[in-house]
Amino acid sequence: MRNHARIGFVLLLTPLVLWLSLLIIIPHIDMLLISLRERISFGVYDTSLAQYEKALTEPLYLRTFWRTAIMSILATGITLLIAFPVAYYIAKMAKGRLQQVLFLLCLIPFYVSELVRTFGWMILLRETGLISNLLQWVGLADQPVEMLYNDSAMMVGLVYTSMLFMVVPLVTTLESLDDSVIEAGYDLGGNGLSVLREIIIPHAMPGIVSGSIVVFMLSLGNYLTPTMLGGKDSLWFTEMIYNQFIVRSNWELGATFGFMLLLLSSVIVWGMLRLTGRTLQETMG
Amino acid sequence: MTKTLLTTTCLTVLALSQTASADTLRLLTWGGYAPDEVIEMFEEETGHTVEVTKSNNEEMIAKLRATGGGGFDLAQPSQDRIMGPQMEFGIYKPIDVSKLDESLFIPSMLKATMGNTTVGGDVYGVPHVWGTSGLVINTAEAGDVVKDYTDLCAPEVAGNVSYRLKRPTLIGFAFALGEDPFAAYGDEEKYAEIMQKVETKLTECKSNVKTYWGGGDELMNLLRSGEVTASMAWDTGGWKLNDDNADITFVAPASGALGWIDTFVLPAKGQADDAAYDWINFVMQPEVAAKITASAGNFTASAGADQFAEDSLKAKYQASFPQEAIDNIKWYPPVPAGLESIEGDVLDRVQAAN
Amino acid sequence: MTPDLECAELAKRFGTTTAVDNVSFSVPPGSFFSILGPSGCGKTTIMRMIAGFLEPTSGDIRIKGGSVLNTPPNKRPVNMVFQHLALFPMMTIAENIGYGLRRNKVPKDQIAHKVDEALERIGLPGIGHRKVDELSGGQKQRVAIARCMVLEPDVLLLDEPLGALDLKLREHMKVELKALQAAFDTTFVYITHDQSEALVMSDQIAVMNQGRFEQVGTAQDLYYRPDTPFVAGFIGEANRWKGRIERVEGDALQLRTDSGLAMRATAVNELSTGDTAEIFVRPETIRLAAAPTALATFDNQLRCTVTSILFNGAASRVLVQDNVGETLEVTLPQSGEFAALKRGDTVHIGWGAAQATCFRESV
Repeated sequence: MRNHARIGFVLLLTPLVLWLSLLIIIPHIDMLLISLRERISFGVYDTSLAQYEKALTEPLYLRTFWRTAIMSILATGITLLIAFPVAYYIAKMAKGRLQQVLFLLCLIPFYVSELVRTFGWMILLRETGLISNLLQWVGLADQPVEMLYNDSAMMVGLVYTSMLFMVVPLVTTLESLDDSVIEAGYDLGGNGLSVLREIIIPHAMPGIVSGSIVVFMLSLGNYLTPTMLGGKDSLWFTEMIYNQFIVRSNWELGATFGFMLLLLSSVIVWGMLRLTGRTLQETMG
Repeated sequence: MTKTLLTTTCLTVLALSQTASADTLRLLTWGGYAPDEVIEMFEEETGHTVEVTKSNNEEMIAKLRATGGGGFDLAQPSQDRIMGPQMEFGIYKPIDVSKLDESLFIPSMLKATMGNTTVGGDVYGVPHVWGTSGLVINTAEAGDVVKDYTDLCAPEVAGNVSYRLKRPTLIGFAFALGEDPFAAYGDEEKYAEIMQKVETKLTECKSNVKTYWGGGDELMNLLRSGEVTASMAWDTGGWKLNDDNADITFVAPASGALGWIDTFVLPAKGQADDAAYDWINFVMQPEVAAKITASAGNFTASAGADQFAEDSLKAKYQASFPQEAIDNIKWYPPVPAGLESIEGDVLDRVQAAN
Repeated sequence: MTPDLECAELAKRFGTTTAVDNVSFSVPPGSFFSILGPSGCGKTTIMRMIAGFLEPTSGDIRIKGGSVLNTPPNKRPVNMVFQHLALFPMMTIAENIGYGLRRNKVPKDQIAHKVDEALERIGLPGIGHRKVDELSGGQKQRVAIARCMVLEPDVLLLDEPLGALDLKLREHMKVELKALQAAFDTTFVYITHDQSEALVMSDQIAVMNQGRFEQVGTAQDLYYRPDTPFVAGFIGEANRWKGRIERVEGDALQLRTDSGLAMRATAVNELSTGDTAEIFVRPETIRLAAAPTALATFDNQLRCTVTSILFNGAASRVLVQDNVGETLEVTLPQSGEFAALKRGDTVHIGWGAAQATCFRESV
């Protein structure tokens, strides 16, 4: 009987193990090996750390690396600031049908592809776009205003793309907060700010942390939005990886960049958990 | 349950690999090079089926490199992208020219392409579609100012300029700066020196640029809306916009348009060589080639296809290319290995510059 | 003396429904006041208006003589113990109790002192560092009260705080709550649908039904002298009939029930011959006897058959059927006299006219 259960367990586990090893672990090992190669001449390669040396000494690569990290953190912060009131409204203030409708409204943009959504922003923000025309029509601007191709436009796109992934975990955790606990906070002399700081935010912490991790990863790994909405200087790290792999055919450096990105996201997620005193199991479980 | 699942998976995998049988031609090509109408005619005539994957030079090479030349039976990179990747990664296989009807090709073009794609005595590519890149300009706004690539940096067009951060831009600017980068292909030091000059110019010019365009549609929108008045782009893009707005058209730059030829190559692990040869012989027939010209906007290397081409396209071509401009076209020679890393560093630094 | 809490003509309407309909009452200092009523009667609405979470549609709420209508909940001198206690799960016990003091900007060392003192008073010294979920239900209860009491409110509101506890603990907490109230000497306003909680603990009870107070009084008032049929039916158990008045002699009535039973009863409100009335007789006021001679002094007497014995220790009852086929509930005395009583036995029952309370039928 026990043996039987064991076989069942192994059979159930096999697809997962296959999936993990074939699609995640093995490609990563291969990638690591590629990143440790150096091209000597046609088809001749040597094992070396030259790629890492290059990645860490070239100012452009380092600058892009840190820029991407800082902008992603910023995008995560802004997303949290915008998503929190939205999630709070949906979870605590809206009732019944309105709640469902609002939640659906958050979801609907994700029915279309990211490309279409980004194009939508381009139509709005471009010099001959809707907002520019509206400003001129109202009389706030006397000539076309270009709002595209800069870091703010890129930030708008990143925040918009990530919004749902912050709202959902926040709504879930906030819904689990008993209304009477909030009321008790007020009843015992708290004002809006102290109730938010001492009761609502500590309670929503698991949602905040898991939402932030997801949004941070999405921003860090985003390719379309920075490429399409960003300006002449706004190189994104994923774009550099694409360039090395596809345009330059330099897989060695591309793989190195890939590993740097993996390391960066791991370190920041670890730091975020450390900072809030949570474990990964708690947050994702 | 699991057994069923495994069986199903195996069957699916088998079924998928089955589609790679000899009569299916998996074609890796550019948008417009294999219009549905032509595919239908081909399938009817030969009994083969065609699966099309649309791509560009860099992605074609990256895809073939990732599979060691597998996954496709016929690919269409530009002729300057054959020799280098073949020497480096061995992703193509030689073409047996005897299986092709050579009379269908414009002889000079066939000869030049075969010459440029010969590695170790074997020929790897034959020409298909050719065209140029140069300037697409709104002549009413910028026609008087922009005559050459470097004129894109003129203060009169500041903020209304767009080009790509890719190697054609580097080559174009090099020519406009009075250099001959193609002549320096064999001399890495000299080439680096030229690129240094180009880098300085492009960095200087950066404030003039509205955005570096990435995709053709993006540029079309920028030009059509009037947000950009002068740009570096392909001839077909200019001609297409000319239909909507007579002011916009393709202009061959003073220092010469850059000429490219997209080819046919056989990927190293292609499994349907016969179908591939059939396809080449089929699409090079003048009537079929004219249909591809109508769809892609560019002329082909098919001999005699001109008489089937649309008159309007011929007229636009003639307006953009007076005889001396045709003579001045700079055809891309094969790129030797090593140059791309020099160019890559230049592009990175331009992008990073403030 | 100024009442601690006074509500005047308090009303609350949600759209077209009236949750609280012109309720007025006052609670003297240091007393334990309960609002008792079935769920949905509006008692929670009153409590939330007093706490400040709801704005009254009309009327006034005064605490120690001053109106608090324009005072936000966090500034009102009332605190509330919530139905599910609403302890802050993200804080320790000491942080929970000290929360209100921190909000009032009390110095740190004083907070620590007061928290210790409060824990001492609720009999749980030294648990300050524990987490909320490490406590038992009864301990949480006491912490929730201490959390309010450290703020020394004028009025403490309690919203069915015993509802979540099991029966045994609930019985125990009733006594304890009363003791805590005496110890803190604070006015408690207690909401419940459980009459035994209200009867045991309260100095005054208001019985509420459909947005109105039916009667306000002591437990004894409500039990012995109900003002309305609702109170008579809601507090304690009762056998009830409907009937027609046949003769009126002052408070004493002669009537006949719809089932045909003749009865003598006492009127609560004005009744005249021919009126329809509701009659309530508590099972514990009915005397059980083996022979009719023992019941000679009672105004109403019946000969019945035992149909069922509901044994429940001291609260045991018998169900008997009279000659018109009605079932009555009668308390079974545990004096040993009826230990051998069984189904099918014939018994005699009797009750006085004073124990049969009679109301004009409510429309």
